[in-house]
Amino acid sequence: MKHKVATTVNGRQHEHEVEPRLLLVHYLRDNLGLTGTHIGCDTSQCGACTILVDGKAVKSCTMFAVQAEGRSLVTIEGMAKGGELHPIQQAFWDEHGLQCGYCTPGFIMAAAYLLEQNPNPTEDEIRKGLEGNLCRCTGYVNIVKAVQSAAKTMSATPAKKATVTAGGN
Amino acid sequence: MIPAAFEYARASSVEEASKLLKKFGEDAKVLAGGHSLIPLMRLRLAQPAALIDINGIKELDHIKEDGQKLRVGALTRHVTIHNSAVVKAKLPLLAEIASEVGDNQVRNMGTMGGVIAHADAAGDYPTLALMLDADIVTNQRTIPARDFFKDLFTTALGPDEVVTEVVFPVANGPHKYVKFRRRLFDWAIVGVAAQKMNGGWRIGLTNVGPTPVRANAVEEALQKGAKAEEAAQHASDGLDPAGDLRASPEYKKHLARVLTKRAINQAEGHQ
Repeated sequence: MKHKVATTVNGRQHEHEVEPRLLLVHYLRDNLGLTGTHIGCDTSQCGACTILVDGKAVKSCTMFAVQAEGRSLVTIEGMAKGGELHPIQQAFWDEHGLQCGYCTPGFIMAAAYLLEQNPNPTEDEIRKGLEGNLCRCTGYVNIVKAVQSAAKTMSATPAKKATVTAGGN
Repeated sequence: MIPAAFEYARASSVEEASKLLKKFGEDAKVLAGGHSLIPLMRLRLAQPAALIDINGIKELDHIKEDGQKLRVGALTRHVTIHNSAVVKAKLPLLAEIASEVGDNQVRNMGTMGGVIAHADAAGDYPTLALMLDADIVTNQRTIPARDFFKDLFTTALGPDEVVTEVVFPVANGPHKYVKFRRRLFDWAIVGVAAQKMNGGWRIGLTNVGPTPVRANAVEEALQKGAKAEEAAQHASDGLDPAGDLRASPEYKKHLARVLTKRAINQAEGHQ
């Protein structure tokens, strides 16, 4: 039996009838066309599918779409505003925090959650905070640099931070 | 990977959850954090006929100090346990263990009750519950942890029984959980918890058998005045761990001894 799921994704409201077994990541990609959220491992380990659900980083492959009923989600598509990259996105660009880019949306969303919890993390705290995300290209060094750089930008301009948790465009 | 089809129902109270479990029969499962269940469903190692979603039962999400007890609601997430000032003050070992379950994303979803009811041999909370003589409270009764974990993924829970709370004793003396794993976010290959309380030690072992293990022989040796290194030699007494892809039985027994020594020493502030 199908169930109604009404969500707010990147500030826009959506409503669909879905099968209970539909994973949230498939709902985002196939029903909403938001393909920026990637599926990496399919075993809840790699974090490529990380999004924010009511402000908390969650692996969208490990949640059913029906569980998102009434919740507010932010995906990578919700990060840039008015053609301007979010400071975390800009930092990944500037610091070369990616090579193939497949894991990047998940890293950026996990980093957004990390910086919301801890605006000035140490290198150890960044590494611990991103332990749920795997990258097979970079060796993580430039990812850590990117998060450090984003932390600096965001503490200098606090308004940039608020847009992430609000999740609106 | 797409899970097999199932019926889905949201419960707004524990009574309703129990009724729904009864209605859908023994192939129904409770959905809490879902971070053990959903991966198993995607691999089709689990194919429940129905999922009863208890995430809307807000009263199951609580941490309460109750005299010399600490009551942790079944739906309390790892992140909440880890950040709780009450847990840090009353049972800091639990906060430490919660901070090492999975990763941030997992800790935002996974729950106390889910780990307890799932009863994975590599689960961390069952070890603590067993060694501290915690009680598992359900909608029907209170079950001492030593009677709760029956076998691999097997507990004393009946088909329409729902874990509502885990009740730990307060213990804030020297403590340490040493979780040995190849990757930060991984399950323990072997884990050892040490907690000093009431003048003695409690030692618990994770993933060295189908259920958590209390290292009684180590506790007794320490009671008789043995040093950590000497007492820890007893950590593998009576163990018969299964080998898996990550460790042979012999290696797990070796780890049990080595990590027990480390846990006690680190709890006491020595390295």
